[in-house]
Amino acid sequence: MSFFEFLGQYWPRLLGGAGVTVAQFLLAAALGIAISLCMGLMKLAPNRALRWGAITYIEIFRGTSLVVQLYWIFFVLPLLGLSIEKFTAGYLAVGMNIGAYGAELVRGGILSVPKGQWEAALAINMSPAQRMRRIILPQALVNMLPPWGNLMIELLKGTALVSLISVADLMFESRQINATTYLSAQVFGAALIIYYIMARFFVTPFMRWLERFMARKLGRA
Amino acid sequence: MTHTENFPTELTGDDIPMVRFQKVRKSYGALTVLDDLDLDVAAGEMVSIIGPSGSGKTTVLRMLMTLETINDGVIYIDGKPLTHMPRAGKLVPANQRHLRMRRADIGMCFQHFNLFPHMTALENCMEGPVQVLEIPKAEARDRSEELLELVGMIEKKDQHPSRLSGGQQQRVAIARALAMRPKVMLFDEVTSALDPEVIGEVTNVIRKLVSEHKLTMLMVTHQMGFARDISDRVCFFYGGKIEEQGRPAELFGNPQKERTQQFLSAVREAV
Repeated sequence: MSFFEFLGQYWPRLLGGAGVTVAQFLLAAALGIAISLCMGLMKLAPNRALRWGAITYIEIFRGTSLVVQLYWIFFVLPLLGLSIEKFTAGYLAVGMNIGAYGAELVRGGILSVPKGQWEAALAINMSPAQRMRRIILPQALVNMLPPWGNLMIELLKGTALVSLISVADLMFESRQINATTYLSAQVFGAALIIYYIMARFFVTPFMRWLERFMARKLGRA
Repeated sequence: MTHTENFPTELTGDDIPMVRFQKVRKSYGALTVLDDLDLDVAAGEMVSIIGPSGSGKTTVLRMLMTLETINDGVIYIDGKPLTHMPRAGKLVPANQRHLRMRRADIGMCFQHFNLFPHMTALENCMEGPVQVLEIPKAEARDRSEELLELVGMIEKKDQHPSRLSGGQQQRVAIARALAMRPKVMLFDEVTSALDPEVIGEVTNVIRKLVSEHKLTMLMVTHQMGFARDISDRVCFFYGGKIEEQGRPAELFGNPQKERTQQFLSAVREAV
């Protein structure tokens, strides 16, 4: 069967899988960004308990394998009395994992804002929270966007692992099709192309646009 | 180590200074940058601080802005302690809440302007009044526009700092500090990072403030001529102490101490 005949026959299932991948990606990204912000700020907090909380989180989720984390959330937590539905378990694991990497980006971004900005904000008597929210974070965000672009592509590719707990994403559908048709070259070739298209023509351009947008807001462009 | 519990919890009398440094010491580890500093600045007075680098002059302003903590002594603003707060009739080191309350009387302009790059000139000026003083936006806008007018930057009010020259940025920074209605303004080498041809536009704004507004000002500067022109008093710092102080005509015209003479002649040669 030629590649195009293959696509003609199986495109609805591949497209359905890709849809699930996109959903997993978006949910994991939202969760990952929230966790990054939270842990990145905690790691810079004056309070030692908060700092240690963040360090522990980052060590665990960055220091162990994503697949093992995924299995923990889906297979081990039910043994402890907490059952999570597989779709949710999927983006939870991926989002929490990416959050640990993102936390370091947030921390680095905040530290990259010049000291003079903190001092100027203090000189107009802003509270620490106002200073962070109004002055430091907007500037930190611009500084950390380029590495976030990389992380988002890692995240997209990382979602393929959710197929291991039977979330019907692009990878899962591809494996199912392969198991029944043995058209390995066609199906994994198609999966490869679809992942590439999503990363190259959607994630990357969006992040670039965001960088330009933020630069304009800073009056840099 | 500290004896500050015996300091007065509030200054009393007829002649309360706007700023008082009382036996203030600042050190970084083994390095003492300011030693037993006593300095009073009267309300409405313009005091310039000059001296060689490393003499502790910028530290004086940074301590007053609460950007640096002090190791001993007390700083008073308008008769009330800044670095300390009264508790049971004695002074104890200030907590964040106290610092925030007292800091409201002080405004500062920095050598490198430190404007917020993600805000326009006008937004820079409105940020403090709206967020900190919680003044309604329209009112804060009017007031900020007045101040931008005062510093000659009203035409550029919608520009971001990246579109402004150094002199223009510094003028916006002055307006931003004034928008908080401080009683004391601090100028930390505000012309040092500027190209020579734009220094005048900033010094002219400060001249205008001195002549038209009743603000207490402390200025660290390397512009000796400027300090001489506009100050009520000039303090020459050397090695963490005030070596000599007096009216500008006296200090520049007839310095008494050898170190002052050496510094001033070295500065004159450099010009």
